[in-house]
Amino acid sequence: MKNHDTLKLQSWLPKVKASSLSGWSVFLAFLLLPAFVWAQDAATLAMQVEYRDVPGIGSRNLIWIVAQQHLLLAGFVLGVPIFAWICEIVGWKTNEPRYDKLAKEFTKLLTSAYATTALFGGILLFLLIGLYPKLMAYLSDIFFPSFIAYSILFLLETATLYLYWYGWDVMQGKKKVFHLFLGFLLNLFALGIMMIPNSWATFQASPVVVTDGTAIERAWAAMQNPTWWPVNIHRFIANIVLGGFICGAYAGVRYLQAVTKEERERYDWMGYVGNFIGVFGMLPLPFAGYWLMREVYQYNQQMGITLMGGFLAWLFILQAMLIGVLFLGANYYFWMGITYRVPGVAESYKKPILAMLIVLMVSLAVWMTPHSLVASLQEARQMGGTHHPLLGVFGVMSAKMTVANLMILVTFISFLMYWRAGKQETAAWAKIAKAVMGALLVIAGLAVIVLGVWGYFVPAIIRINYFSVAQVLIVLFIMVTFTPLTALLMKSAKTTTEMIWGQMPVRAGYTLVSNAVMVILLMSLMGYARSSSRVHWHIYGVMRDTSEYAYSPALGYAAAFMSLNTFVFCMIVAFIFWVATMGDKATQGTEHGQPEDSPVKIPGGVAPAIAGGSPREGQTFVNPVPMNKNEDT
Amino acid sequence: MKGPLFNSAVVLAGIYVFLKFILPLFTAPLPASLIFLYLALTFSALMIFYTMSGESLESFMGPVQRFLTGEGQTGVANIARVLVFIVFPLLVGWQTYTKLAPSDDPPPESRTIHPAPPGEFVGLANPYPKNNQTIQEGKGIYASNCSPCHGENFDGKGIAAVGFNPPPANFADSGTIAQLQESYLFWRIKKGGVGLPIEGMPWKSAMPRWENELSDEKIWKVIIGEFDGAHQSPRTWEEEE
Repeated sequence: MKNHDTLKLQSWLPKVKASSLSGWSVFLAFLLLPAFVWAQDAATLAMQVEYRDVPGIGSRNLIWIVAQQHLLLAGFVLGVPIFAWICEIVGWKTNEPRYDKLAKEFTKLLTSAYATTALFGGILLFLLIGLYPKLMAYLSDIFFPSFIAYSILFLLETATLYLYWYGWDVMQGKKKVFHLFLGFLLNLFALGIMMIPNSWATFQASPVVVTDGTAIERAWAAMQNPTWWPVNIHRFIANIVLGGFICGAYAGVRYLQAVTKEERERYDWMGYVGNFIGVFGMLPLPFAGYWLMREVYQYNQQMGITLMGGFLAWLFILQAMLIGVLFLGANYYFWMGITYRVPGVAESYKKPILAMLIVLMVSLAVWMTPHSLVASLQEARQMGGTHHPLLGVFGVMSAKMTVANLMILVTFISFLMYWRAGKQETAAWAKIAKAVMGALLVIAGLAVIVLGVWGYFVPAIIRINYFSVAQVLIVLFIMVTFTPLTALLMKSAKTTTEMIWGQMPVRAGYTLVSNAVMVILLMSLMGYARSSSRVHWHIYGVMRDTSEYAYSPALGYAAAFMSLNTFVFCMIVAFIFWVATMGDKATQGTEHGQPEDSPVKIPGGVAPAIAGGSPREGQTFVNPVPMNKNEDT
Repeated sequence: MKGPLFNSAVVLAGIYVFLKFILPLFTAPLPASLIFLYLALTFSALMIFYTMSGESLESFMGPVQRFLTGEGQTGVANIARVLVFIVFPLLVGWQTYTKLAPSDDPPPESRTIHPAPPGEFVGLANPYPKNNQTIQEGKGIYASNCSPCHGENFDGKGIAAVGFNPPPANFADSGTIAQLQESYLFWRIKKGGVGLPIEGMPWKSAMPRWENELSDEKIWKVIIGEFDGAHQSPRTWEEEE
């Protein structure tokens, strides 16, 4: 048979040689035939590649850095529009141009930040396709319809952002409502842009695999996995916090650089607004985190234990420390605000501040006390194990939930205190209202503690389903009722001491920067924890990680990467701010030199809930407290 | 002499004395790591409180700054300053040396208490109902197999407990089995210390692998007996009764 074929070929070849150009073509094709076969083989081989590696740094580490940068930038570009939109609404409702100006200033940053985020997103996608082809093929098969929706949302978001930014000055006056609507659309599309990739990530942790149905039905089923909504809510709130605190940090840095009185006032006020919005988001954030962990436990006990009782449990002690520093930073900033911005009232607030500081510190001490203590052999023997017989009770969730709620409550009181500083209530019912509020606060605090202690003596499900929820509801009740009540009280209140902007010491600027760094570290830390809870699975229980990196890195190694990611992100944000404000500095170069003791025109009045009562528009006064520039040196 | 600096020193010293010497009169001594943590928090609180205003910052940091810079100092004060500059680095060096010098002591442990169970043990439900019969059967199995270590009162104080480090779990403590589902206990009893997962190694558990001695039925029943005896309830996602 073989000989027969050869003969046939031999008899055909002379005919080919006889022809001219076409003959050469066929001849060349014959020469290239092995190449086609090899190409086919190569294609088959390429389809079988599961992983590729990057020499030196390793594929996992590279993905870790790029994905973290993309996520943090995404948090920034999704958080800042919320921040800007809220400021714009406040400016519109109160007719205060400075809020509008602030919103615009931050929207300007979005255009460059948006491009950087997309750039990192593109790099991440290329790297994932190149380094994890098998995983990406599987995810693409399931989620392809969502890729289309994501692309459409991205286009809409981009178009809306351009309209929102470039139309800012045009859409003033009567057109402002339309501009606000654009801001709403911007945030709505941004929410969608956040939610779709969330579904991919949460699918990896808690997959719902449906094999029947159309592509859209399968994708929709996979998106609606058990941890999707908890992560959506948690990230949405966290983005507000990130946006607020980064704005605060920006203001803090500019405040430290400020040379004129006007600049000091402006960036002091901006720092206040950033801190306020950050704190505003931070208060409900632990509740969202608790819900997420509850869903993780309910989805898979193994994963829940890996996170909170297993080898990742130490990350939660670090989390307690970072959240603690954040709460302390936010409160410290409020307290310094009372001392420096409302001169003369500091002494009367000294004792309440000390009491709140003690509550915060005791709460933090409880939160940071691990369940199993780090102890030498001798110490462990003396304790009878790594559980301390007395302080070991602080190591479980009942204690942690209780102190987290108390810290939120104290921070809220700090805010109320700041808001009321330098004001004298004139309403007839003010005395009764204050007495009721005081009594409610004490009752709420006691109720949170009682429920926490009681939680040790009831089955876990009762504590989780009722006691913890009741603690959260008590704190939320206080926040939801006290805010409008205080606003009502402040509406008719008499200002006894005017609020002065631009007097804060330099450590206030550093506090704002520290708060932002803590938030970024927290996001890096908990993002790692969430991702690592899948251990050696790309998709938990469905697709196993068979690469050489299928092990969990040591916690110290992971912590170093988190720090590196935080540093790199801070540098990127600093670069974006520098680029975006380069033009401003050039134009402001000539606006120097307002004398220290000259009358200062303070930017106008404010909505009570957001800025705690500054003078009304157009009010002037002579600065009574000269700024001591050497104070912090 | 009184002032923020003096007050801070008194508060820090007071808290140290309380944690190190007074608290152990009533309970077990605290490990150094925890004392350090609480002192660090106290120090942070003092820093926050005394840097709240310019005046308090001056009275808190001013004396330190003046002492270190030698501003207006003569005679004994100046000698004291020089001594601090000599002694302080030596103290730091000594502390560093004692931390780094080779020692026979084992390093402090950061043990993971609750390893994650393998997938096949997740979500298992106890097939036996909790009633007088199963409770008594469970307690009987417990008495003959578990109580020598975990104690007849379920408190981890069995006659053999002193020989183990870490000691056997105290089931009466609300931080142990009350935090866990029955399926978790089933895994730990059945597979014992040798069945612990590779994540978080090395483990320290002398728990025997009971699957060689007890049937699944007996393990489930001993779980019922343990919870009842320790007056605890297993963690569930469904509310009971």
